[in-house]
Parts: sequence; structure tokens; C-alpha cells
Amino acid sequence: MTRLPGWAEYLLIPILNLSLAFGVAALVVLAIGENPVEALNVMIQGAFVYEGAFGYTLYYTTNFIFTGLAVAVAFHARLFNIGGEGQAYLGGLGAILVCLAFDSWMPGLLLIPLAIAGAAAMGAAWAFIPGWLQAYRGSHIVITTIMFNFIGAGLMVALLAGVLMRGGQSNPESREVAEAARLPYMHDIVNAFGFDMASTPLSIAFPVALLACLGVWVLIWRTRWGYALRAMGQSESAAVYAGIPVRRMIVTAMAVSGALAGLMAINTVLGAHGKVVLNFPSGFGFTGIAVALMGRSHPVGIILAAFLFGALFQGGTELDFEFQTITREMVLLIQGLIILFSGALSLMFVPWITRLVGGRKA
Amino acid sequence: MTWLDVLLILDSTFRVATPLILCAMAGLVSERAGIVDIGLEGKLLAAAFAAAATAALTGSAWAGLLAGIGVSVLLSIVHGFACITHRGEQIISGIAINILASGMTVVAGVALFRQGGQTPSLPRDARFPSIELPGVEAFADIPYFGPFWAELVSGHTLPVYLAVLSVPLVWWLLWRTRFGLRLRAVGEMPSAVDSAGISVPWLRYRALIIAGVLCGIAGAFLSTAHGAGFVREMSAGKGYIALAAMIFGKWRPWSVLFACLLFGFLEAGAARIQGTPLPLVGEIPIEVVLVLPYVATVILLAGFFGKAMPPRALGTPYVKER
Repeated sequence: MTRLPGWAEYLLIPILNLSLAFGVAALVVLAIGENPVEALNVMIQGAFVYEGAFGYTLYYTTNFIFTGLAVAVAFHARLFNIGGEGQAYLGGLGAILVCLAFDSWMPGLLLIPLAIAGAAAMGAAWAFIPGWLQAYRGSHIVITTIMFNFIGAGLMVALLAGVLMRGGQSNPESREVAEAARLPYMHDIVNAFGFDMASTPLSIAFPVALLACLGVWVLIWRTRWGYALRAMGQSESAAVYAGIPVRRMIVTAMAVSGALAGLMAINTVLGAHGKVVLNFPSGFGFTGIAVALMGRSHPVGIILAAFLFGALFQGGTELDFEFQTITREMVLLIQGLIILFSGALSLMFVPWITRLVGGRKA
Repeated sequence: MTWLDVLLILDSTFRVATPLILCAMAGLVSERAGIVDIGLEGKLLAAAFAAAATAALTGSAWAGLLAGIGVSVLLSIVHGFACITHRGEQIISGIAINILASGMTVVAGVALFRQGGQTPSLPRDARFPSIELPGVEAFADIPYFGPFWAELVSGHTLPVYLAVLSVPLVWWLLWRTRFGLRLRAVGEMPSAVDSAGISVPWLRYRALIIAGVLCGIAGAFLSTAHGAGFVREMSAGKGYIALAAMIFGKWRPWSVLFACLLFGFLEAGAARIQGTPLPLVGEIPIEVVLVLPYVATVILLAGFFGKAMPPRALGTPYVKER
């Protein structure tokens, strides 16, 4: 079997797939009767140029890093975790429960790590169950995680409109957490050093996300567990033969994946909102799939892909203001196209690129 | 609870279950041919939009139905192109279709109508009317049967009847025709079908096209029969519930119909019991009732009541040996 040279596999093909997705999106913009170049320009302005735009872009990037990593960890074991949405939602529950219990007296230095751990633990728990069901009861992880997204959403609505609901309010949302539990904003930190940065929801969740990338890299490529995970993803029967406890690996891989998805909640719940609002993951869990696919399940790739999606999301909101006929849902369309071309149709270009540039022996 | 109450609940059960039945039958045909179809949700949504938009522009519900079917079949073919022709991951392709549909419907909706992603609400004659079956008057005086005929059997829109018809049709097609035998074989052991000289890809494409037609009718039901126009995200997870119902019915048409009606009954019933305390358990939050289909499916899949065996070649692309 021949493989493509590295530059073609990791650079050329992703760029081709990405251009195809943007090309189709441009055709849609043309069909609407607007100028795609102008639309792209608006998005770039909105994502990078306007005051505070870059902070918002990085804020979204943070969400996508977490959910992208979550999907990627499971991918390495050939598991499809499409429950990131529900795991992130439940992660919010973990964080808020810790805050509701302790934020009246606990100092931030203790409370924030505890709340982060709470988010990770609840996310992990929500992925653990589908993982366990797959490993020991043979149910299909894709279906169970889809179901768990809905069950999680129902549970959260019931809780937010029930016991968690802030008194004297009609919106289904929790009360605000104490100031001590809020993640410090990046603009506060940067401005303390005498710089001038616009106020954005970007908090220290961003460096935490980068740390998580490093952690995932170490975990997958530098530990015994990661080796077992990758071995299992390559060939389950070979892994069994090598004495890898496949069932336990499925469960732990899902738990790690869910914990990462759950961490997304710290960025929104402890960072931006300071409370749990209805449906706060708003599709970011699903976008994680696109991020992991684009980033080839590697932390570096995921950072790049998350940044791309962060810019798309932030730039997309600008479309609403500048155009009457194009809305931010354009970004959803682009996202679907990216998943289609770089995920489902990822093999489309391989045969003729191989013919074009020649393969190398695997 | 009177006889009329029972009939009214059953009546709304059928209406709620209609898109579920059609989508679940679509999923059944596609999965029996070995193609996982989690893109049901996206096809349903896209078809609902296409139907409403076309009906709004042309004033004809029939044109809307055709447009809905057309768009849904198109998405099916995209799915086929990705996972039959290019042997891509079927689940990823399905997710792509779902996300694509939820973006595209709003983008197109805003571009066409500038109402924030909705279509204008449809006038009466651009929608499918309720069909009065003959006999409502004649049976009116018969106790029990009269109201049964008038409330439950008569007075639905065309897609509701199509949904009920689709079940025996799919059953007949898959279990009583040569095409159906081959289609099921291609989901179990495609190499056997291939060695008999029958094209595996073409069979699977045809299965997906049938699935597209069924989802298209379901979409048209949502926006031009049940509702009066398209609202963003109006499929609201129905495609996924249909997927759950298909698994719950173990990939068999009659059991799937039963599952759809059960899930439909839960939803129809949930709306009625909201706020009223039940004996033994007290008041149940509506959210709890609404997630019951998903919980039931998870429990079933875990093999706690009976084993659900999917088609054997489900999800694996077919590679012809060279």
C-alpha cells in the first residue's frame, strides 16, 4: 500500500477540501445575489479587525478546542463521540453545582479548580454511561450518545426550570455564581500590566484549553494508556491479542473524551455568563466534530481548526449587521460543507493526488 | 375519560407520529441496505423548508410536496455519493447533512423571504386540507363507531394517510419483491449480492432514493399540512426520534410503526398531562415524558429487553475485490 507524502496528506488535501467547502459557500452567496469577496471581507473584519473582535474569536476558539479535543480522543480509539453537546451541557451542571454549594465562603483559588473539576467530572460521567453500554452491553456508541444529547437537554431544562432556577425569575437559568468563582478575564489581566485591551468574554479558560491540548498530546503519544488507545483504534483484534483490556479502554477513552467536552462549560458558565443559561452549548459540541476532522485529531491541528472556526463564528455574527440577505447561519452552512468535504468525502481527492505526486511506501 | 377523549388522544397521536413513521420507514429502507442514515433529521428539515417555500411562491401544496421530495432525494444522493461512491464514513456524512440543512434552510429562507428564516404563513389553499372520508354523516348515529370514524379515521391530511400506507408498502417492497430481497441481502452480505452479478452501489443508491422520498413527504407534512409554513429548526429532533423508533422496532416495519405510535402517544399525552398530578407518582415534568423515547431506546439497545440486531453489513462500505 502506498501513502501520500506528508506534505500532501497534511497540507495539500486539507487545503483542497477546505477550498472546496468555501467554494460551494461562495456559490451560495453568489446565488443569493451578494458578492462573496465582500462577504469574506466582512467576516475577516468582524473576526480580527474591529475592537474586541480578536478576543471574541479566541473566546469561541476556546470552546472549539475543548469540544474538538473531546471528539479527537475518542476518534483515536475509533469511537464516535457525537455526544459532546450533551456532555458540555452536563459539564455546566457540574460547575454550577460546585459553585452553588461552596461559593458563599470558599476563596477563588480553591473554588475555581474545584468547579473546573466538577465540570470535567459531570462531562465524563455523561460519556461514561454510553461508553460502558458500548463496552459491556454492545450498544452502538453513536446512537447512545445521540440519545444522551437529548436526555441531557431534557434533564437540564427540567433542572433549570425547576430546582436550579433563580428565585423570582421566569427565565430558566441558574443564579449567578459569586465573584470568586468567575474565571479572571484576559483583558483584566492584560490591562493590569498597563496594556489596553478591549473587554471581551475571553478568560483564562483559553490558556487552560491550550494546556489541555498539551495534556492530550502527552496522554495519547507519550503514555502507555495512549499507546493502548491508538493500538485499539488501529486494530481491535490486535489490541486484544496484545493483552490490552479493550472494554476498559473504551470506557476510559469515553470518560476522558466527555471530561474534555465538559470543560467547555468553564469557558461559558464560569467565564462569559457566570451562570448556566438554557442551551448554552448551542451547537459547539457538534462543531467539535468538524474541528477534530479538520485538525486530523492532532492537538496542533485542533488548535488551528478551532481558530478557523472561532474566526468563522465571530466573523459570522458580523454578517447579520452588514447584510440584509446573509445571516450568521452562513457559518453553519460552511461548517456542514467542511464536515462533508474533509470528513465524509476526505478520500475523494486521494486517488488522483496519488497519481499526480506519486506515493511513498508505507 | 370518555370515549371521545380517548379518540382525541389517539387522533393527535397519529398526527404527531406521522413524520416519525415516514422518517423511520426511510431509515429502515436505508439501513436494511446497509447505509446508516442519521441524516434523517436534516432531510426532514430541508424538505420542510423546500415544501413551504415552494408552496408560498407557487401557491400549490402539491408543488411544495414535489419540491420537498426533490430536495430530500438530492441530500440522499449526496449521502450516497459520499458513502457509497467514495466509501466515506456514513455517520460523518449524516452529521454533515444535518448541519448543512440547518444552515441552508435559514440562509435560503432569509434570502428568499427576509423574515428571519421563516417562510410567510401559507394561505389555506397552499396547504394540504383535511380529507373528509365518506360515511361521516352516515355513521354519525352509530355509538362508538360513529365518533371513531369521524374523529380518528376521517379528517386527516393526505400525508397522514400516506404515512400509514407507507408501512405495508415498505413491508411489501422489502419482504415480497425480488428487489426487496436483494436490498436486504445487500445490508447483510453485499459480497453475495455482488457475486450474483447485481450492482451493490446501484441497489444502495436506490434504497437511499426511496428513503429520500419518504423523508420528503414527512417534511411537506410538517410545513404544509400540520403547520402553515416553515419555522427555523422546525424538525426539532423528530428525525432522531424516528431513528430511535426504527431501532426500537428492531428494523421491522410493523414493530417500527408500533414504536412510532408509542413515541407519538408519549408526546401527545405529555402535552395533556402537563400540570395534572398522576396517581402514585404525582406531577411529572413534561421534559421527563419527552425524553422517555430516548431512554427507552438506550435501554433497548443495551439489551435489557430483547436483543436488537442491526443488519450485519450496516455502516461498512463495500469494497469490490480486485
